[in-house]
Parts: sequence; structure tokens; C-alpha cells
Amino acid sequence: MQFMLLFSRQGKLRLQKWYVPLSDKEKKKITRELVQTVLARKPKMCSFLEWRDLKIVYKRYASLYFCCAIEDQDNELITLEIIHRYVELLDKYFGSVCELDIIFNFEKAYFILDEFLLGGEVQETSKKNVLKAIEQADLLQEFQKVH
Amino acid sequence: MPAVSKGDGMRGLAVFISDIRNCKSKEAEIKRINKELANIRSKFKGDKALDGYSKKKYVCKLLFIFLLGHDIDFGHMEAVNLLSSNRYTEKQIGYLFISVLVNSNSELIRLINNAIKNDLASRNPTFMGLALHCIASVGSREMAEAFAGEIPKVLVAGDTMDSVKQSAALCLLRLYRTSSDLVPMGDWTSRVVHLLNDQHLGVVTAATSLITTLAQKNPEEFKTSVSLAVSRLSRIVTSASTDLQDYTYYFVPAPWLSVKLLRLLQCYPPPDPAVRGRLTECLETILNKAQEPPKSKKVQHSNAKNAVLFEAISLIIHHDSEPNLLVRACNQLGQFLQHRETNLRYLALESMCTLASSEFSHEAVKTHIETVINALKTERDVSVRQRAVDLLYAMCDRSNAPQIVAEMLSYLETADYSIREEIVLKVAILAEKYAVDYTWYVDTILNLIRIAGDYVSEEVWYRVIQIVINRDDVQGYAAKTVFEALQAPACHENLVKVGGYILGEFGNLIAGDPRSSPLIQFNLLHSKFHLCSVPTRALLLSTYIKFVNLFPEVKPTIQDVLRSDSQLRNADVELQQRAVEYLRLSTVASTDILATVLEEMPPFPERESSILAKLKKKKGPSTVTDLEDTKRERSVDVNGGPEPAPASTSAMSTPSPSADLLGLGAAPPAPAGPPPSSGSGGLLVDVFSDSASAVAPLAPGSEDNFARFVCKNNGVLFENQLLQIGLKSEFRQNLGRMFIFYGNKTSTQFLNFTPTLICSDDLQPHLNLQTKPVDPTVEGGAQVQQVVNIECVSDFTEAPVLSIQFRYGGTFQNVSVQLPITLNKFFQPTEMASQDFFQRWKQLSNPQQEVQNIFKAKHPMDTEVTKAKIIGFGSALLEEVDPNPANFVGAGIIHTKTTQIGCLLRLEPNLQAQMYRLTLRTSKEAVSQRLCELLSAQF
Repeated sequence: MQFMLLFSRQGKLRLQKWYVPLSDKEKKKITRELVQTVLARKPKMCSFLEWRDLKIVYKRYASLYFCCAIEDQDNELITLEIIHRYVELLDKYFGSVCELDIIFNFEKAYFILDEFLLGGEVQETSKKNVLKAIEQADLLQEFQKVH
Repeated sequence: MPAVSKGDGMRGLAVFISDIRNCKSKEAEIKRINKELANIRSKFKGDKALDGYSKKKYVCKLLFIFLLGHDIDFGHMEAVNLLSSNRYTEKQIGYLFISVLVNSNSELIRLINNAIKNDLASRNPTFMGLALHCIASVGSREMAEAFAGEIPKVLVAGDTMDSVKQSAALCLLRLYRTSSDLVPMGDWTSRVVHLLNDQHLGVVTAATSLITTLAQKNPEEFKTSVSLAVSRLSRIVTSASTDLQDYTYYFVPAPWLSVKLLRLLQCYPPPDPAVRGRLTECLETILNKAQEPPKSKKVQHSNAKNAVLFEAISLIIHHDSEPNLLVRACNQLGQFLQHRETNLRYLALESMCTLASSEFSHEAVKTHIETVINALKTERDVSVRQRAVDLLYAMCDRSNAPQIVAEMLSYLETADYSIREEIVLKVAILAEKYAVDYTWYVDTILNLIRIAGDYVSEEVWYRVIQIVINRDDVQGYAAKTVFEALQAPACHENLVKVGGYILGEFGNLIAGDPRSSPLIQFNLLHSKFHLCSVPTRALLLSTYIKFVNLFPEVKPTIQDVLRSDSQLRNADVELQQRAVEYLRLSTVASTDILATVLEEMPPFPERESSILAKLKKKKGPSTVTDLEDTKRERSVDVNGGPEPAPASTSAMSTPSPSADLLGLGAAPPAPAGPPPSSGSGGLLVDVFSDSASAVAPLAPGSEDNFARFVCKNNGVLFENQLLQIGLKSEFRQNLGRMFIFYGNKTSTQFLNFTPTLICSDDLQPHLNLQTKPVDPTVEGGAQVQQVVNIECVSDFTEAPVLSIQFRYGGTFQNVSVQLPITLNKFFQPTEMASQDFFQRWKQLSNPQQEVQNIFKAKHPMDTEVTKAKIIGFGSALLEEVDPNPANFVGAGIIHTKTTQIGCLLRLEPNLQAQMYRLTLRTSKEAVSQRLCELLSAQF
């Protein structure tokens, strides 16, 4: 995977994770173009599209779009389920996750993503294991607060 | 777990985020952000040392501001400080900032690397995890230098925790992707392969990604992974859906891992029989499961199941060795073509494209043609329709070409603008490739222009003209058809171009019909003239002068047109020049000269269709590999199957037009190479670099062009996709002047443009060339001119070479062509009577003075053309000298600075045998030799 973007129906970027080295300028340009392209698509259209030399896989959950860019030989359907698994992880962690959770706790959204995907590849697909790692970190934090 | 408990007390951050959300306008938001930035800046710069908590909070605010789309140019140092905090949350935020806002500031990278080093050595798995995540996110070269040696050790150490192993594997993968040279292969590789057997499926998942990438570049080193991957896969696909516990996803056992294992197997050819049997079983099981009733109605279940299925089908197609599996795969995809899920229809169309290029399944794919055509007509999503177009293109062969081309043409009428050009290219290619009857081809292209004229690029209409010129069986039909098409009250300018060109060449073939008499043809074309752009008008002017030659009866009409102020005084230099020159030419030149100058275009050299090149350029070579080439290569390279021999010989005897030029044909089909490096230059670079040698080889086709200039002085010497070189030259006695015009055909600048004239050591003493350098920058679409002054010192044989280097886009281009400065250019014709001629002829009767050549006619033996060529060659054409009126004799003097050499020539055609005998007599053997060579090549 080359990158993942989360953005709202209004086109506001909520999270960005890049797995290839690009300049800030390029990132902004790509984001702008893609947000526009994806938002212009109608609800029943297919979740995949060719874009430049990449394949875009996206899915909308409530007010948020999750959008991944993968390479030619990558599997579209499994990427769609990567998105879904990430949504499940957020949902489990925040409890019925909504856009606001991600806005106010963006750093947590990053930590969860990093446990799940690393360097653009799936690191751990077990929901239990990912959440265990995050909760351990939260515990460390509580523990430090006490001291 | 309510969200509040997750906040770690950064109230200030929450307040700030709320503030931003409450801003009513963009301006208010920016104001609020600037206020915050100023605040943070002053806090960071303040005298009072900030505690860890405040630093964390401010760094987090900066991150949030960055996410809003603002540039952040400070705070990096504070983030680095957080890395060495003992508090986990502070460290974590520090790492997050670094991961999101990488800065290539080398000093900081050193500090970051130090912190990472400490955490890696801490043996605290949580800290190690953070450090590894950071390396995997940044992945810079400096990090690779620092850690590429260390991480493999972490990965294979016996006491490393599973989660750290997972991070280490993917971290190493990222470093290998950015700086593979810094990751040394070693003992660890075999231990990594054995991670495929690990008990922890998360470790296996991460390791499989790493192994796949490493195996692509080091297949030998990792080949033991094949059998391990097959047995792992086998255990997964045969497991009950509950066996794998949390690794089962919506009743599908370990779908991510299955996909990765199947992908890993694609790095290798089909395995040995024993392993192969087991793999075939796995693949069959996956195909069988697709037919079972779903275990859940959730889309996640079907997606995960089908993700594995599609990956299995990719592997089956990639191996291309089990006809049974291929046909099953094709049937499965056929079912998906009509599935109610748009996603599955899209993927089925995409996957079938690759299946269409396998000879085992090509026929099976073809049976779905009606469904695909239907998809083209009814799919509501343009990306799905696009896939349908691709598949139709891939499944096209001689048997269904008329149907597919017709369907694409009718789709084109309503197609989305974004894909029209591509469809035009595809139709043009298919029509050419599968044309049995070239009238069908001509009709198809004219239809293309009619339906989507704006999307018909130059390549397409150039190509139809090339084909018509090269195939005399279609010329009459083409002339008739364009004539009819031009009758339409509104026709596309591209049609005017094609029509103008074709009527200019072959209008005579339909001129016998009173309905398309020369005058009617001319009036028809000229009625379009004023509506056309300058380049088209220029083309039409050339058509008119060609008409002057073809149809003497319309000459006065055309001269009137050329003479009108709107032509002769046209503000456009090119048009004005053409009008002036053509008018003059039509007035002063004899019919013979006109016939030579305006001779029918010679056939174009056979080369790859420029359209195919363009499509490849558009789509990248991997997606448009020529269908038949792919089939051949597969049968030769991958299978070593039963019929490689006939396939490869046929490939040699009838090379497909794309194979030799691009050098793409030779690449194995699966791991398709990167697309041509930079823009349109890429293909050409390939052409030249193919025959790599120290000296730039002469441009293809330049030999022919060179020969064409022996009897004329002006014209186009060289042309490719980027550059056109035109020549105008004049010679008098032993001096000459040549104007070279370099035209940039692209819209991009040429940089460092340096043409060099090269005279070999042998040539140098005989020929003096002088010129001035040209401006090193040639703007897109511009033409620059270079003047060469020429002096012939003494007779010579070789021709100078014009070598041009320039930079286009990212690549250096090299073009070398022979410059047509030949000995005959220094001819002065000499008229003489029959008696004189024979007297001199006899004087030059020494064996060394005479050179004779008997050769077969390469062109039609036309008396007028021959005369024109001899005159063009430079000698006088002496009429009524030879007792046999069918023979031609000529005389002239070659002027050099040192001497003058009298030359006599005699050309005897033999019509029955289609042969010529050419005899040259001069006082110098080398001169006789060279002139004979040059002139022989003209007939």
C-alpha cells in the first residue's frame, strides 16, 4: 500500500499515512486530486478505480471516506477488508466510533493504524492482538499518571 | 470504553480542536491557528524550560495543525527531546510527530537515530515497537545505514517477542524497498524463511510480506520458501473456519495470509511435481469453495473469500500451465461478470484481461463476448466500462475483430470524454492489426474521425496515410472514400488532412469519373480551406501543387488561388512561403521536373505502428503487451510446452511490428518492467540503446532518406516522435550551402541541444564544413536553423554524419544521421552533341576509367521519372545522342577546389528483364566508382 487517507464528506482530511517518500507538495496535490475524484463518485459505483498508475480502493463509512492507494499487483478486495478491519478496530476501541472521535483523538487513530499496518503491509490481522497492544500502552500511561 | 477515558488529559489540545471546529470561516480558522502557532513558538523559545507534558501537548497541537493542511516548520527539536523521555506517552507522541513530519535535516536524523538506537537496545518490547514503527514510517537512507544491519538480528533472535518480530520484519521490508543495497543477505535469510512455519499467524503474515519482496530480487536465496508456503496455505484452506480463532475473518480462515502466500508463490515458476500436486489441490479447494453456499450474508465474508479466490486465479494465470484450472478460473470469472456486486464485475473484467492472453483460455474468454459488450452498454460506472473496453481489446482476434471494432465504434459515440482517446487508439490498432480487407480498415479510421475527430491524434491519421501509401490495392478505394466523406457539409479537420493528403497522392485514380473530376476534387478541398488551421492549410497547399502535377488541366485554377493575396501575402510565414514557392515551381518547372519533385510518395519503411507506441506510452507497457507476443513468449518461456518451436520460428519469419523496435517483446510477461522512463522519450531511447555501442548508431530509416537526397536538395531528412530535421541546400561549382532546420515536435523544451558535424579522418581532407553552434534550448514547437557552408576540396566517397544530442524530459536523446552531401552535388551539367559525346566516351576507355553496374529496377521503370532523376543527379541529360532512344546519356563536370573531373554516363534500361545497366566514365576511377554507386541506388 502506498498511502491511506481518511477524509470527510466535506473533503476535510482527517488522517493521512504515507508509506512512500513524497514531498509535502506532492502529498497535498495527490490528496486534493483524490478527494475530489472520490467525492465525485456516486454511491452505487464500484469501490475501485484506476488513478495515475495506482489502484484506488475506497469505502465510505457514515460521514468518513477511507481511501487506500495500492499498486498494480495488489489485491483490491483484501484492501477493502483492510479498511473494514481498521474501522472495526476503531469502533471497538472508541465504542461506536464516529468522526468526532477521530478528530479529537487523532493520535490514537494513528497508534491503532500503526499496530495494524506497518510500512504499508498488514502486520497483525487479529483484532484481539492489536487491541491488546493498544490497551497495554494505555495501561502504561495510567500507570505513569499514578506516579 | 467511553472516549473520554482515552484522553490522556491534554485538555489544552481538546480545547484548541474545539476552537478550530467552532470557527465560522476559513479566515477565522487561519487566525486562530496563527495565534496558536505564535503561542507555541514563544513557549518553545521561552527561557523557562518546558516540562514533558507541555512539550507533548504543543507537539500534538502542531501535528493537528499539520493535519489541517498547514506547513509546520518548527517543533522538530522538541519532538526529538520527547523521544528520550522515560514516559511512554511522551515518547509515543514524539515518535508520532517524527513519523508524520519527517524532515531530512541530517543533524536531527542523527539525534533521532540515537534515540531509536537506545530504544532498540532497551529490551522493552513496547519501546522497541515504537522505535521500529518509526523506522518503518520514515524509512530514510540514513536510517537504513544505521539499522539495516541490526534489524535482521532482532528478527531472528530466539528470544524476540512475537510482536517485535512482526514489526522488525516489516521494518526491514521498508528499508529494503528504499535502500536494498544496504540490506545485506546472510545467514539470517534461511531463518527468515522458516518463519513461514511459525506458530504465531501474525508473525507468518508479516514474514510473508518480507519474503515476497526479498524473493523477487533474490529468487535463489529464498526458493525453499515455495514448499513451506504451499504447505502453510494447504493447512489454512483445509482448516475448519473456527480453527484459526481470531485469524478467521467472517468465516474465512486467514484471508490476508492466504493472499500473501499466493502472492509469494507468484515469484516462482510452477514447483516440482510433488509440491505442485499439493498446490493444485489448494487451488482446486479455493475454486470449489467459491461454489459453496456462503456461510454469511455479510459482504465482508464474500469479499474475503473472493479476495483469496482472485489471488488464486492470478496465480493460475501466472503459472499458465494447467489448462484445467485455467478453464475453471475462466468459468468462475464468467459467473462474476453477471454478479450483482459492481466490485466483482469490475474485478472479473480486469482479471479476464490477463486470462485472454493465455492460449489455453483465450477461446474460453471469447465465449463471454456478448456479456462484455453488454457491460459496455449498460454499466453505469465509467471505471467498469473502461475495464470492459480493455477486455474487448484483449480478447480481440481475427475471428471477432469486425464485431468488436463495430461495438467499440458505437460505444465511442457516447463514451466518457476521459476515455475517448484511448478507445480511438485501441480501435485504430485493432483495425490495422486484424484487417484482412484494407477497405474495412480505411472505413474504420474514417468512422473514427467522423465520430471522435477531436480525439484522433496525429499518430492515427499519419498511420492511415502510411498504410494507404504502402498498399496499392487500397489506394483507389481510399481516394473514393475520402472524396465521398468530404462531401459532408461539416467534416472534421482531421478528415480534411487525410482527404487532402490522399487525394494529392491518389486523386488521379478517381479522376476518370466525371463526378470526381480534378476540378471537382479541387473545389471540394478548397471549400474547406478557409475553415482550417494553419498546418492543415499548409498541407492543402501541398495537395494543390501535387494536383498541378497530376492534373495539368487545373493548373491555371490552382495558380490563381496561389497567386491571390490571401496566399501570397499571408501573415503566416509557412503558408506564404509555400504559396510563393509552389507558384514559382508551377510556373518555371518543366513537366519533367514537376513529375520528379512531386512524385508519388515512396512506401514508408515498415515499422511499429506509432499508435501502439502511443497507447503503450499512455498505459505503460505492461498493460498493453501485444496479445500475440505475450502468447508466444508464454509458450516459449514459461511452459517449455509442446509447441514452442513453431511459435518461435513464426515469430522470426513474420516479426510482429512491435517486437523488434521496442525491445519490450523480449521481457517475460509477468514481472513487467517499469514503464518507459520519461514521457514519450522513453520509447525512442529504448530503440537506440538496444544496439548499444560507443558511437551512436545511425537512426533507423536514415539510409533511405539519405538516398532520397542524392537527386534532390530539399526535404525532410529525419523524423521521429520528438524531432524533425529538414534540409534546404544549394550548390554551385565546388561550393555549397545547406540550411538545416531542427523542429521540436513536442510541447516540451529540448535542452543542451547540440548538433555536431562529424567528418571521418578519411573524409576530412576532401571536404570542408563550417557552421556556427545553435542555441542550446529549443522551445516546444519551435524550429531552429543552422547554416553549413560546404567546400569540396577534392573528390570524396563518404558522407559526413550529423550527430545530435539533447535532453528531453529526463533523458538524453541521441540522433545520428548521414548528411546527404555527396560528390554529385558538385556537378555542373555540360551540353554536347552526339559526335562530341562519343569522341570523349572513346577517350575515356581505360579500364580504370569505366565502372559499370547491372542491377534490378527497384522502382517502376518510367522514362520521365528517370530523366528527372538524371537531371536531379546534376549531369546534363543529352537527348538524341544515343542511337537507341530508350537509353539515357548524360554529361557533366565535377568541380572540386583542386581539380575538375569530366564525367559521362549512360543508362540502358531493359524493360523485359526489369534491369538497368549503368556505365560511368570519368578520368578518375574513384569518381566513376562513387558516382556509379550513388546513381545506381536511384532506380
